[in-house]
Amino acid sequence: MEISTRSLWTLIHGMGFGALYLLACSGAIVALYQRYSTEPPPQNPAGRDRFLGIYLSIMAALAWLTVLTGTYIIYPWYRAAPPKDTVSLVAYPRSLLLSHPATSQWHLIGMEWKEHVAWLVPIAITAAAFIAIRYARDLKHHPQLRSTLLGFTAVSLFAAGIAGFFGAMLDKNAPVDGGQTIHLVQGE
Amino acid sequence: MSAPTNINSDHSADLLNGSGAAAILSAGIGSFAVAFFAIAADKSAFVKNLFVFYKPTGALSGETTVAILLWLAAWAILNWRWRKRTVSLRRINVIALALLGFSLLLTFPPIGDLF
Repeated sequence: MEISTRSLWTLIHGMGFGALYLLACSGAIVALYQRYSTEPPPQNPAGRDRFLGIYLSIMAALAWLTVLTGTYIIYPWYRAAPPKDTVSLVAYPRSLLLSHPATSQWHLIGMEWKEHVAWLVPIAITAAAFIAIRYARDLKHHPQLRSTLLGFTAVSLFAAGIAGFFGAMLDKNAPVDGGQTIHLVQGE
Repeated sequence: MSAPTNINSDHSADLLNGSGAAAILSAGIGSFAVAFFAIAADKSAFVKNLFVFYKPTGALSGETTVAILLWLAAWAILNWRWRKRTVSLRRINVIALALLGFSLLLTFPPIGDLF
């Protein structure tokens, strides 16, 4: 059982940071909705407020790690131009997708959308984390800030969902692969 | 940019809402900048070349770096102007969410290609 370094990075980017972000995002939306749609229980409200700020900050860190690894580590491998006279385009995902009408739209729509829409996620969730930390317990006095917090988290979930969906489909049609091989388990 | 002061809203709050409003509006501006620069680079080869900050990533490196810098600058300026104020959040929220919505739409290639 083995994996290439490029495959490992796509795993870290997509199934690590990205998937974890999506999971955390749905959790944050439920928590925010439950917390502010009804009167919160009186037990340890300060701890709950602190937890929300930490939770959203971790989500912001995950969002930044996802876009930075995607843009500066994986995307260069994806968009690398093949040398002249290259027979197999397997190592050049962008060129491979564009070489066939049945797959070209995965790049022209999927990747073109994904590479930009993903950057809205860290911007929106960083603002949400800032508001949660800055206002903390005082947030209960700011209904409009709470609504925006929920709205920004929902928008970031939507944008991350688009990026995640196209990331998975692109990897299915033209996986980023290559580099050194890491042997995980030796077969018999 | 200034928004009308509304001292009556959120009067029970200990903290003024200006810092939150600055974070909200600047996030809208930053998001819109990502979409705007993406379209600009797509339409102009000159702009596209300007945005190549890191060659392996191409114009995406510059588009996003400039948008992030613009977002942070807008945030710093708005926070500096609004941190000791209570502003009309309703208008700020509508503008910021509209900018976020437009950004989602404009980054979608079939819509971005209309310009």
